[in-house]
Amino acid sequence: MAEDDGAASQRLNSGAGVIDGESEDKANISRFKAEGRELSKEEKQRLRKEKKQHKKSKKDDQGKTEEIKGKEKKSTMTSDRQQAQTNLPKAVPALNSFETPVTGDKAPSGKSKAEIRAERRARQEADRASKQVQKGESSVTAAVSGPSKTKAIPSEPQPVVKRLPEHIQVDDPAVLKKLAKKLERQQIPLRKDYGNKVSLFSHLHQYSRKAPLTQQMSIPSTVIHPSIVRLGLQYSQGIIAGSNSRCIALLHAFKQVIRDYSTPQNEEMSRDLVNKLKPYISFLNQCRPLSASMGNAIKFIKKEISNIPSNSREEEAKVQLHESIDKYIEVKIHLAAKAISKYAIEKISDGDVILVYGCSSLVNYILCDAYEKKRKFRVIVVDSRPRLEGRESLRRLVRKGIHCTYVLITAISYILPEVSKVFLGAHALLANGYVMSRVGTSQIALLAKAFNVPVLVCCETYKFCERVQTDSFVSNELDDPDDLIVTKRGETPLENWLEVSHLHLLNLVYDVTPPDFVDLVITDLGMIPCTSVPVVLRVKNVDQ
Amino acid sequence: GDDQAVELVAYFKTQMQENPDVASAVAAIRTLLEFLKRDKGETLLGLRENLTKAIVKLTSVDSSVAVSSGGELFLRFISLTSLEHPDLSQCKKVMIERGELFLKKISLSRNKVAKLCHTFIKDGAKILTHSSSRVVLRVLEKAAAAKKRFTVYVTESQPDCTGLNMADALRKLHVPVIVILDAAVGYVMEKVDLVIVGAEGVVESGGIINKIGTYQMAVCSKAHNKPFYVVAESFKFVRLFPLNQQDVPDKFKYKADTLKKSNNLAEEHPMIDYTPPSLITLLFTDLGVLTPSAVSDELIKLYL
Repeated sequence: MAEDDGAASQRLNSGAGVIDGESEDKANISRFKAEGRELSKEEKQRLRKEKKQHKKSKKDDQGKTEEIKGKEKKSTMTSDRQQAQTNLPKAVPALNSFETPVTGDKAPSGKSKAEIRAERRARQEADRASKQVQKGESSVTAAVSGPSKTKAIPSEPQPVVKRLPEHIQVDDPAVLKKLAKKLERQQIPLRKDYGNKVSLFSHLHQYSRKAPLTQQMSIPSTVIHPSIVRLGLQYSQGIIAGSNSRCIALLHAFKQVIRDYSTPQNEEMSRDLVNKLKPYISFLNQCRPLSASMGNAIKFIKKEISNIPSNSREEEAKVQLHESIDKYIEVKIHLAAKAISKYAIEKISDGDVILVYGCSSLVNYILCDAYEKKRKFRVIVVDSRPRLEGRESLRRLVRKGIHCTYVLITAISYILPEVSKVFLGAHALLANGYVMSRVGTSQIALLAKAFNVPVLVCCETYKFCERVQTDSFVSNELDDPDDLIVTKRGETPLENWLEVSHLHLLNLVYDVTPPDFVDLVITDLGMIPCTSVPVVLRVKNVDQ
Repeated sequence: GDDQAVELVAYFKTQMQENPDVASAVAAIRTLLEFLKRDKGETLLGLRENLTKAIVKLTSVDSSVAVSSGGELFLRFISLTSLEHPDLSQCKKVMIERGELFLKKISLSRNKVAKLCHTFIKDGAKILTHSSSRVVLRVLEKAAAAKKRFTVYVTESQPDCTGLNMADALRKLHVPVIVILDAAVGYVMEKVDLVIVGAEGVVESGGIINKIGTYQMAVCSKAHNKPFYVVAESFKFVRLFPLNQQDVPDKFKYKADTLKKSNNLAEEHPMIDYTPPSLITLLFTDLGVLTPSAVSDELIKLYL
């Protein structure tokens, strides 16, 4: 740590000394950005330093201090900042973390490190105290509204404070500004929202497929690995859709990234690779919001990478990472599907009429497996606009030889009296037992309950997440509203919907089903009632 | 092989006859322990296989859910220890000790349940129960011993009229008891304060499998907003997850003799039904007082 601080201060001094060349460097930096070249470390730090100076002078004028979280991160400046760039839920606000190293380094060299740190801490405490006072008087600015909202008890040290993720705070201009700054730093273009949004969902992003993110990037981009660019495009254009497929594609792309990665000098693979992945994840998030399965896979990869022993060679580490990724895919997805199918087949009896909705890879696998094991049943496939995913499901089942019926979701009350069971797939299972799945699922579950038809949800355990949600508004995804435009008999009524200011189109992707409507959840650990999801999460955490 | 099986069944039947007060599952476990002691297997795996076969044999004699669940839990309990001894007889000794321990624990379980439950019976209460359950009897004994005054309505419980045995037992305790028709449950429901039933098996969802007529009683009590309590020992927890009445396996629905003799099961009357967890208020077990959703938690702990 000591050498790093020393190195950092050296670089600062060198930067501070070249005052004349600063303006020249600024021009250089903006040119590099336009060309899409990755800024070198020095250039990045120079940018940072300027911003800090600018901000500090602004702050002194206003006399307002920003809240600094209790946990001080004593790490190198680069990793400090890059850690701060990522997942807002946990990190100290990026702007604030700048303060600590700078103020410390600028102190006269006569003071010892400990004294500097003590000064810093005292200053932070004073800032925090004054902040509390000011908060009581004035309305808090949006930039700190996130952390302050969750900080109910002023005097206690911060335990893990969960903040709202930024992708569901789109109507908050300060959060948007922060996001824009973060993307600028990572050199990822910001995707613009499209069209009028329904006011209930104005806190979510709404993108258009006609404006993919790559239009704003230079090709070939040196900042983002090409396989990640391809992946992002495949997500945003809907070529790869479905929770399992997205996760597997992501892991394969990361394998390619790891293959092409080479550790730079004076860096450790375990830390540098994790930092390299962060801009990629932001890019993918901009293309299409991450799914729960992808989130869990990313957590797994980051853990694997940071667990690489520092003395292992790069080649060995890469091979090991590849193996663990392959094992993850094999165990959590493919073997889990086999296990789930084994349990599910006990619930399929001869003569059953099974209703499925949309296209779930897992449910299709179960039905094909049951058909191979000579169970006699027929399937009713329910489909809905605009995605019409049921057609793919229908294609796969009919090819296998299963007797299928196809209806649209508007006809389910007509068809449900014939149905003996409903099999649904899930995008994620939340910690309070709610099932997050394709929009329309909760409608089917509700009707099935009314008709006393058992509803079975099939979900692998890697899709379980710690989130809690009771309605479909808080966190959702808005798809391209232009998908709703349909041409019938040569007429397209909604063609010019953008011009009509009081017309909003809503194309939701997910909805949330309460556990009262779900009779059984089949996971690779066995059959559990919907309310036992937190037990599984607890057992899983103990295992890991 | 076959001789062993015959011996086994004979031992089981004598156990049942000698101790009518004891649950059939307990008798089965005692039989299994005896079988373990007499087993002449050479390997651990062989021992386990023999025990599994024995459990299957016993379920063919008495097809209640409790026998199969008790047997499986017994097997798990005795093998859930380090069996790293090089000598088979050592291992067997350890397993037998564990078996004795298991047996002791479950013979105490009924008292534990009674202790938890009798406090829920208030003075002057009117209780409705279904058919004959020894656990419910123990609970009511304890409540009577605690000097509480209460009346009990018992259903006759056709087709074997076991409700009448329950009524006799209660009369011996000097508890005022009224026997009602199975069809009169809805009629009587407005008069009672609470419903207590036993269970033959507690399933993963938190629902129960019990004598036919329990489901009706649960639906009526839900409609009248009366609490529906279930008393069951923990060895009755079974890894089934029925979705509806059809989904309960046939081997539990009918008596063992019926299963063997009948040609068309659809014409037979089922002996048990399934009550879903949404209709049950609380379950009293020796693991504590549980809500139906907590049963899954306990099952995961027991079986995993």
